[in-house]
Amino acid sequence: MGNKRVAIVGTGQTFHKSHRPDVNGQELINEAVAAALKDAELTMDDIDGIVIGNMDHFEGINYVDCWSVDGSGGFMRPIIKLTTGGTTGSTLAIGGYHMVASGMFEKVLIIGWEKNSESDTTGAITTAFDPIWDRLVFAGAIAGLAAEGQAYMHKYGITDKDAARVSVRDRRHAVNNPHAQLRKEITVEEVLASPMLSDPIHLLDVCPRTDGACAVIMASEDVAEKICPVPDWIIGCANRHTYNYVGDCNLGNIDSMRCASAELWEKTGIKEPRKELDVIELYQPYSFAGILWIEALGVAEPGKGSRYIWDGNTDMGGELPINPSGGVIACNPIGATGLIRCAEVALQIQGKADARQVPDVNLGLSTGFGGCFWTDLILHSKQKPE
Amino acid sequence: MEKVAIVGVGMTKIEANKVSERFEDMVFEATRKALDDCGMDIKDVGNVITASNDFWDGRTISCMAVGDAQGVREKNASCTEGDGTFGAFYGMTRILSGAYPSTLVTGHSKGSESVSSLITNAVFDPIYERSLGVDMVTGCAMQARAYMEATGATAEDFARVSVKNHKNAMNNPLAQLPMDISVQDVLDSEMIADPLHKLDCSPVSDGACALILADEATAKKLAKKPVWLKGVSFCSDAYFLGDRDLAKSPSLEKAAQKAYAMAGISDPGKDIDVAQVYDAFSYQELMWLEGLGLADYGKAKDHLAAGDFDVSGALPVNTAGGLLSGHPVIAAGLYLMAEAVRQLRGEADNQVEGARTAVVQGVNGVAGQSHCVWVLSSE
Amino acid sequence: MIDQDLNNVEPLVYESKIGVPYYWWAGDTATRFLEAIRDKGELWGTRCPECGKVFVPPRKSCPRCFGQQTSWEKVGPGGTVVTYTVARKKREAIPEDVPVVFALIRLDGADTAMLHKIGGVDPDKVSTGMRVKPRFAEERKGHIRDIECFIPD
Ligand SMILES: [Zn+2]
Repeated sequence: MGNKRVAIVGTGQTFHKSHRPDVNGQELINEAVAAALKDAELTMDDIDGIVIGNMDHFEGINYVDCWSVDGSGGFMRPIIKLTTGGTTGSTLAIGGYHMVASGMFEKVLIIGWEKNSESDTTGAITTAFDPIWDRLVFAGAIAGLAAEGQAYMHKYGITDKDAARVSVRDRRHAVNNPHAQLRKEITVEEVLASPMLSDPIHLLDVCPRTDGACAVIMASEDVAEKICPVPDWIIGCANRHTYNYVGDCNLGNIDSMRCASAELWEKTGIKEPRKELDVIELYQPYSFAGILWIEALGVAEPGKGSRYIWDGNTDMGGELPINPSGGVIACNPIGATGLIRCAEVALQIQGKADARQVPDVNLGLSTGFGGCFWTDLILHSKQKPE
Repeated sequence: MEKVAIVGVGMTKIEANKVSERFEDMVFEATRKALDDCGMDIKDVGNVITASNDFWDGRTISCMAVGDAQGVREKNASCTEGDGTFGAFYGMTRILSGAYPSTLVTGHSKGSESVSSLITNAVFDPIYERSLGVDMVTGCAMQARAYMEATGATAEDFARVSVKNHKNAMNNPLAQLPMDISVQDVLDSEMIADPLHKLDCSPVSDGACALILADEATAKKLAKKPVWLKGVSFCSDAYFLGDRDLAKSPSLEKAAQKAYAMAGISDPGKDIDVAQVYDAFSYQELMWLEGLGLADYGKAKDHLAAGDFDVSGALPVNTAGGLLSGHPVIAAGLYLMAEAVRQLRGEADNQVEGARTAVVQGVNGVAGQSHCVWVLSSE
Repeated sequence: MIDQDLNNVEPLVYESKIGVPYYWWAGDTATRFLEAIRDKGELWGTRCPECGKVFVPPRKSCPRCFGQQTSWEKVGPGGTVVTYTVARKKREAIPEDVPVVFALIRLDGADTAMLHKIGGVDPDKVSTGMRVKPRFAEERKGHIRDIECFIPD
């Protein structure tokens, strides 16, 4: 017991939409759970423990783990809630990983969900910031992101056109993903012509609000290969929840991602992420991050991210496809979003990503973003770790 | 299996209203005390878990308020809800997974900054229940009545729990409500929701608690005698109160059985020397002791009346005063674990002679929907 | 010294509130339950074909068996008080004046109890096992409070 290798053996997602009036929260959760159990060919009786998360103030339901049990399968089972804001979904995956790796649980069900249609998302996010210092002057998530985008533009001389190219990529990829919310291609011109939300961010540079749920089943090395012919092995996790206050952030140079990725590459022996990784599902809430953050990951040189993207390297068929699912710009049920990144990389490793499949994926990275410029990272491999 | 111990504990005083300290100030104090307790430097802490709740804190991503106070900047971190016992569980798995040699777990609550009735009303289903106006107190009052009718327990029995725990608090300098009261005082206190009087209910409290967990190699290098985490399990009952038999606690029974099995305990009544249980309301101490297998169903009241749960009794319970003497909700389970650690180190204010094995129980949800059970041992 | 300066501080209270509006989608299952109350004054639960339990409030899937199929079944309107409390102190969540009686009521034909209030009776006369029936509001809107309360049957 203790220190087990861990793999994803099943995933399930709802068909994410802007509004799901036909189901309440528990019922939405249940759709993802049922899909994940079906995918793994397991029943609820096979599950030893459940990890669930969302952001409390998006639905206004306190003690969501307790409330969820009719949909999550938590009746007379261990269920625990993890929540860290935007990073919740990836935080959940990391939580499930540790629970299985500890040897105390053989099969863990991980659930991220959100019904963003049920509240005022910006109003709820604003309450994330310090009530005395930041809250009154800092409205929602966009302002912080705009400040980051501005800082980077100023430093490297890119424009909103370069960022728009990232939106165009992700929206094109989303056409291949039946679970994505926004499945219509857009052009650079359309992005630039869309309303300016917070300079330099246009409406089509940012994620939508989505209702959706995702469930992932992780299993220990003792059973993973019996459940699933091609398990997606989790070979490393790292995260940083660096800042408390907006003013402390090193804007334009996302420290959390630099530190977490440096730790992850060191722990797993990755020397050249650009060459070694086959796919990335990046929690990229706005287009500029698609440029900045791949530099923080060491995929592109500082200031060269935009060129790397314009050259098609991150498109389907490119050197390192990013967001084959369409990513967060096409779909963002916040508490599920990080877990969807994780599930999508699992599908890529397992070769089950259908129209959005990248050929021959052996190593993939999924990420989470949230809080005050926080980062979660999970490294996935087809190869069982030693 | 790798052994994990609690190596450091730090607690703030529990108070009705800490006007001078914000969340991060309380967490810093608790963290600093826990580090000093074991002689550890913050740089050597492997990773950090926060127990917090966005509703209670009035803040989305409530863990964000306390990161600096936990020294989180260079570390891996995460956040759980629940009452702190769940956070400690997650902290332990992060050591057993082989990822980190140690985990700092902190929990904080400032009940003084919010309205507990509204916060706990939000635990009820928004479509079917919430608008009726029920909250934690009225929800638990229905359970108290169901338990009375099933077991014959009386208001006097419940009152005895309150008398004992407030008395235990008199030796605890960190307790909010040390009181020498009588059964009659409890019965004469204001009726809040039948059958619960004011003194059957835990107060609104502010406080923070920090625990440092470590693997065996790390634990043995530190200042204090390690207290080993021998067993842990948690389990949830159904959500709707009407789906449950409120007079019973099957999810607690299941969690306890699994925790005991993990700890190698076959006869909890004999093997456990001291218990810290989640007495948010007086009646719960009796119910949870029975759910934990430390008394037969309906018989905890008789053990209580006989003095068995006193500090000098056969099975001392809530030796620091329990939550009736101070209930910072999300930190509460960690306070109970910290008291168990102090008992097993032999440094408690109401020391139980020769205590070697302790059980601690935490709760999540209304009327004990979900329970987390820990077995701690000095050996 | 800074320490001494801080000792002379009178801390301020910074008053605020979180005012996020919510729009909870009832979903098809709860909508059907609430519409039956609104339009017909009827109470319905769902039955799980596997365990046979009838759940009120209704569930889209059985929380015990986890089966995805359930069927509708009319329950009540009469029921039995399983447990109750008389809220004597006005708590912030309670919209009306106290005393208020909250109760779990098992409707005839249901296996679970639903949370509601008891009225039309002296709170001291309420007891476990008491027979009750719903009193519907004059004007009904598809809301759980379309049942004003349960009254002695
Ligand atoms: Zn069933």
